[in-house]
Amino acid sequence: MGINLSFDMFMQHLINAVGLGSLYGLIAIGYTMVYGILRLINFAHGDIFMLGAYFVFFATVRYKLPWVLGVLTAVAGATVCGLLVDRIAYRPLRNAPRISALISAIGVSFFIENLSVVVFSGMPRPVVQPPLLMKAFSIGGVRLVPLAILVPAISFAMVAGLLWLVYRTKPGLAMRSISHDIETTRLMGVSVDRIIALTFALGSALAAVAGIMWALRYPRVEPFMGIVPGFKAFIAAVFGGIGSIPGAMLGGLSLGFVEIMSIAFFPRLSGYRDAFAFILLILILLVKPTGLMGEKLEDKI
Amino acid sequence: MRRLLLVVFVCLLMTGSAFAADEPIRIGVFNCLTGQNAFGGQLELEGTQLALSEIPEVLGRKIELVVVDNKSDKTEAANAVARLIERDKVNAIIGTYGSALAMAGGEVAETAGVPVMGTSCTNPLVTQNKKYYFRACFIDPFQGSGAAAYAYRTLNFKKAALLIDVANDYSVGLGNFFKQSFISLGGEIVSEMKYNSGDQDFTAQLTEIISKNPDIVFLPAYFAEGAIVLKQARELGAKFRFMGGDAMDNPEIVTLGGDAVEGFLHTTFAYDPSMKDMNPVAQKFTESWKAKYPDKEPNVNAALGYDAFVLVVDAIKRAGSADPDKIRDALESTKDVPTVTGLTTLNATHDAEKELGIVEIKDGKKQFIGTITP
Repeated sequence: MGINLSFDMFMQHLINAVGLGSLYGLIAIGYTMVYGILRLINFAHGDIFMLGAYFVFFATVRYKLPWVLGVLTAVAGATVCGLLVDRIAYRPLRNAPRISALISAIGVSFFIENLSVVVFSGMPRPVVQPPLLMKAFSIGGVRLVPLAILVPAISFAMVAGLLWLVYRTKPGLAMRSISHDIETTRLMGVSVDRIIALTFALGSALAAVAGIMWALRYPRVEPFMGIVPGFKAFIAAVFGGIGSIPGAMLGGLSLGFVEIMSIAFFPRLSGYRDAFAFILLILILLVKPTGLMGEKLEDKI
Repeated sequence: MRRLLLVVFVCLLMTGSAFAADEPIRIGVFNCLTGQNAFGGQLELEGTQLALSEIPEVLGRKIELVVVDNKSDKTEAANAVARLIERDKVNAIIGTYGSALAMAGGEVAETAGVPVMGTSCTNPLVTQNKKYYFRACFIDPFQGSGAAAYAYRTLNFKKAALLIDVANDYSVGLGNFFKQSFISLGGEIVSEMKYNSGDQDFTAQLTEIISKNPDIVFLPAYFAEGAIVLKQARELGAKFRFMGGDAMDNPEIVTLGGDAVEGFLHTTFAYDPSMKDMNPVAQKFTESWKAKYPDKEPNVNAALGYDAFVLVVDAIKRAGSADPDKIRDALESTKDVPTVTGLTTLNATHDAEKELGIVEIKDGKKQFIGTITP
């Protein structure tokens, strides 16, 4: 198990890790926001991610829209789907036992996946990468494409925007309030259903952005593409402390880092990459069950 | 009275056999029409359907295809075969793309005693110790050693690396056979990296391989994954060549991989629409394919789907019966049957013996660059 890692190689791995981790983080935020408010694991989140990627594929490859327009359409489309999921599958169960909503979430997830197989067909489709984003260049011994910088940059910008929204605006205040106590918030005259819908809309929009960037980085879309990233993002959300937005990002980055570095340092064990992710999860749950940033149990969003 | 009974009996017999003559022979198809392997499975099914439209009947009875999707999933594959046997009562089965799926389905067919003709499942385990599983394709040890010989002798590459899907029997098997042959020829394996089916990020493995500077990387992946691997490798600045197995043989690889698949090599079955001297069966197949699917290129999967049907029908004809056990016995003595992918003989382990082809992607097109005969 010889470990000989040059500085250049380490930097290359680090950049790969940040690219992958920031995408995990972006998806994880959707899980964490919904959980913070409703104590619900929205299993359909990975499928909204997939729909975002498909919409951008159809907009840019099929209907030849310019990229910016295609991205906007895709985000809008996925947001609408996220809202529909909430309206149809979760809202009627708002006062039902939590397990009912969870089962409904799993049902919706299967429904979206299989509907996509019927509508989009099961065949993987190629996504066209804008050549501008793919022009490789080197810094020292590290090779980069602009996309590799753009992905984490956009992810961090999104998180910053979201934090501003949650901690500096009225709807954000309402969201945090709901996470404390739904009934009291309702008594204060806040339209709770609207705020919850807003949460789903935001989470879905972020999932769509992540889906689009994922499709650019790994240029292929297929109906089941959301399962593995969704799963990993869920681990990231729990790892970072479910309910905490910075925690989700931190969890995503840590997971990307562990996955990539486990291969970098232990090339022979490259087949056990997922095992490393789970060992990390088990360790953190043993040592700190609330996750990295989940200490303030009362202030969850 | 006795005579009357005899007459009634004879009449019954005749109507009985008359019914049997009208009854179509049902051939079940279980293949991956959705999921990870949908591209390959779909083409194989279209090949099988094309064969049916050319050979619509045997022994004076119509042939009917019963198609079930195995969704590229091992559990679904076992269910699909059970359904074909129990509900549809098929006489024989064709399928599937994907060795892991074939193994899952094979167990069910073995217990029920219905013969199965594999299309492109190339892992040796598929037919091992199986009385009822056969296949229209050659197997991975043959393919792996052919690939290693081509890389080492013809291309003169001495240092190879491997990138293997550890969750896939086909990938692990083919990778090992390549490794064994390459080492025994005198070559060196400088790196052996692994991933899991469904992974989409290969940057860590590729960065590690690049640092070991191999001449060639053997990638026994399915083409949808393989194309993504090739793209990421070029983004990371990899200069070495890649080589794969028959699972990379799909026209979509160029669409998915774009420029990144340029120069990619793979072993495959000895059929390609671009090949120069085609055998008569291949010529006829290519013509009728182009007539039926004008906007789609045929490939080896389509050819193997076609061949599997030809081999089953050939066995039914020689058996003179559609009884599953008689078909099985006849399949065992299949020898030099002309098929699209060359003269096919089924050997003692129920695997096809035929030529191996080498393909290179040049200028965004598949070029058939030669065959190796065992």
